[in-house]
Amino acid sequence: MNKRQNRFPVAAVPFLLWTVVFVAVPLLYILCMSFLKRAQTWGVVAEFSLDSYARMFTPTYLKVYAQSMWLAVLTTLFTLLIGYPFSYFVSRLPERRRSLVLLLVVVPFWTNSLVRIYGWMILLRSQGVINTLLIALGVIDTPLKLLYNFGAVLVGMIYALLPFMILSTYSAIEKLDPSLVEAARDLGAGRWRAFWTVTVPMTRAGIMAGCVLVFIPSVGLFFISDLLGGAKTMLLGNLIKNELLTARDWPMGAALSVVMMVMTLLVIGIYQKCSGERGLEGIL
Amino acid sequence: MKKRTFLPECYILLVLLLLYLPIAVVVAYSFNDTKLFHWAGFTFDWYGKLMRNRSIIDAFFNSLKLAALSSLSAAVLGTVGAVGVSRRHFRGRASLENLSLIPIMVPEIILGMAYLAFFSFLRLPMGMLTLTLAHTTFCVPYIFVNVKARLTGLDPAITEAARDLGAGGIRVFFDITLPLILPSVMSGTLLAFAMSMDDVIISFFTTGVQTNTLPLQVYSMLKTGVTPEVNALCTVMLGAVFLLVAVGRLAASLRRGLGGSAPKPPQFFEKN
Amino acid sequence: MAETILSLQNIHKTFGTAEALSGVSLEVEQGEFLTLLGPSGCGKTTTLRIIAGLESPDSGRVLLQGQDVTDWEPNRRNVNTVFQSYALFPHMNVAKNIGYGLRLKKTPKPEISRRVEEMLELVQLPGYGGRMPNQLSGGQRQRVAIARAIVNDPAVLLLDEPLGALDLQLRRQMQTELKALQKDLGITFIYITHDQEEALNMSDRIGIMNAGKILQLGTPDDVYERPQTRFAAEFIGQSNILHASVEQVCADGTLLLSFAGGRVKAAGTGHPGEKLVLSVRTERVRFGAESQYGFALPGTVKAHSYTGGMLRTTLLLPDGQELTVNGMGGGHSRAGVGESVQVYWNPACAVIVEREGTP
Repeated sequence: MNKRQNRFPVAAVPFLLWTVVFVAVPLLYILCMSFLKRAQTWGVVAEFSLDSYARMFTPTYLKVYAQSMWLAVLTTLFTLLIGYPFSYFVSRLPERRRSLVLLLVVVPFWTNSLVRIYGWMILLRSQGVINTLLIALGVIDTPLKLLYNFGAVLVGMIYALLPFMILSTYSAIEKLDPSLVEAARDLGAGRWRAFWTVTVPMTRAGIMAGCVLVFIPSVGLFFISDLLGGAKTMLLGNLIKNELLTARDWPMGAALSVVMMVMTLLVIGIYQKCSGERGLEGIL
Repeated sequence: MKKRTFLPECYILLVLLLLYLPIAVVVAYSFNDTKLFHWAGFTFDWYGKLMRNRSIIDAFFNSLKLAALSSLSAAVLGTVGAVGVSRRHFRGRASLENLSLIPIMVPEIILGMAYLAFFSFLRLPMGMLTLTLAHTTFCVPYIFVNVKARLTGLDPAITEAARDLGAGGIRVFFDITLPLILPSVMSGTLLAFAMSMDDVIISFFTTGVQTNTLPLQVYSMLKTGVTPEVNALCTVMLGAVFLLVAVGRLAASLRRGLGGSAPKPPQFFEKN
Repeated sequence: MAETILSLQNIHKTFGTAEALSGVSLEVEQGEFLTLLGPSGCGKTTTLRIIAGLESPDSGRVLLQGQDVTDWEPNRRNVNTVFQSYALFPHMNVAKNIGYGLRLKKTPKPEISRRVEEMLELVQLPGYGGRMPNQLSGGQRQRVAIARAIVNDPAVLLLDEPLGALDLQLRRQMQTELKALQKDLGITFIYITHDQEEALNMSDRIGIMNAGKILQLGTPDDVYERPQTRFAAEFIGQSNILHASVEQVCADGTLLLSFAGGRVKAAGTGHPGEKLVLSVRTERVRFGAESQYGFALPGTVKAHSYTGGMLRTTLLLPDGQELTVNGMGGGHSRAGVGESVQVYWNPACAVIVEREGTP
């Protein structure tokens, strides 16, 4: 290594400084805050306490974690089941159509995400598009209750996060050397067998990256459960938001954030362990 | 000859249809002549109402200003940072890089909570300033990752050649490095811009009473009642996005016709 | 004797724990074509990068035209490099690429375009100034890379395996052109390659490198005919490596040694009983029972292989060792497999490459 290259990078100082001040310091600040006592009305009292962490284990909270986790798991599973075959088929399209399809997957990202959720509200409402259509076709007599339940939130989550899964798995499938699949076929593997024994294992890193990219945000996207789930479906994200803005219990909000952060790091750790990637960039 | 099925194509089409279904519904309802959910005939009324709705228009321009400011500051920070750390070996480099990616790795609500607490601790007035600081922070990684990937893919001999021919550090950056990474800087900045324009959660926690961004405005409208102006607004934005994308595609295919390189399929992040 | 333009003094360089260079010293003369030849990882590229200033040595000095430039940044040094990957600036056309160094020196514009045109003529690419690098073939990029470096009139031109990416035919043609160019311009070339043919063909002097050291420095003839180390003997050309021990020092200055149950002769000094390692080039071994050199080694033909114009014969010696003989196809050497033959060589062609106690 060049001595000159071992010097601390002066050019990167603003970037590093920014990262420390606006990422590390705020996160450390809420870590500290989670161990403090809440003040009577607003803010915190500088006094060590484990109250917030103790309260986390009450049944009401535990029920929310379970619901939030279950939703995250289902969302991840469904986006994978829908997204992987999609990526696989797209990777076998002729080049021009391939890039057009991927472009079409990305374009909705450039539109307002709330509005896309609103689109689902219109669709799922009791006088909404789906119910109207079903009644008109004579399938049902009375409108189904499609909105403001767990299912609606799940649909919204899958919808919002599917593109992440598609792009992650696609970039892995695209990199797969087609001669590997051909070799498997040549050695006597059938189409399915080649798919399960070569394509899927070889693209495992992409699958895992996609799962991480879907799983992590799905515990926090409170506006989706707010809009599609009414008040019935609570995510970890809703909980934090309520602690901060409704209950004004900052230490509790901080403690919940710390737990969420630890969980996130755990998921990333599992990903790194399983995929052999060291940096975080592999996920992106 | 193997049997040719159209199943894959049908599946792709089906998923795309599902992706666009809610968007199509929003567009359709922006022309619906009622506030309710049945179809009551075609109208442009909501577009007129949209033009006269000060709070939406204000929020829109706030968002535009915020996104431009944050994505551009992030572009400078991220690009210079990526160039600075590339091919350098110093202690703590890996940890710092992972730390810098945290804003886009962890659920946004954690950052939102952290900023709300941190900014009140600093007694910063909640508003455009706090919004810009928060947005810049989560914009930086998009540019940093993109530019770093591009730099890793570059032949290190190219910048060495420039030094060898007599260019100093700054010259090398402006003559060689910057022109070569510019596409990545731009795609990263564009992505960051879009993310800032669309951010609900972090803005939710870092804005003040005076300042509203478009997503927050839309959120409160959706929570309180049905407002077809929002449909109209979204249709307009969607139209703008499609126009931009189409122009971009056209430019790319023109360039390809003139001997440039073929456009790559879109990705969030460049990979090497 | 021409003056020294560049000298390396006891250069050491470590990457992490791996020692890349351990005490490299080198004097390069004005106007010579010097090649550093060695296998990959031998430190030749590191040496070049230290001369260019792209790496800095852990210890040792680099003197260019009498000036200590060890701590100078690459942009201040009057040396230019032709990179293995060419490293053309992909966003500049050919003319801009070639003129880049001149622009940095604030050369007036008309002067730049005149020089660029000159260079394009010189590397036989007139009219290519407007092309972009990705529109050129490998050979053309190579020429542009050379033009971009020599337009600056460097004191020394460094070439890092510049022909490595080209196919054989083009490589041979470029070797001739490069050599001619170097003679015309009178620029000192330091050339790096792992291709022995290229090195022998082009160089005034060759430095053979291995494991971070220059093992031998000499003319192509020197390093080929008189390898000083076993590595040099085996890396360039094909050699028979013989472990022999001295029986007698002859009056004509040659040594009589016992080897494989027979007797052989070699040039050099030694004392009776000393164990030596000899190198004999395969094409220097002759078939025949009577030699003017007073020895003949018996053996049995084990196999023949015909390699286009040359016939390679593997002999089995009485003690089971093998000896390779390369000769023109046909003639008396065409003894059948299994036949007994005798071989000999000119003692001057048997070179001592190792002595007992000096591994």
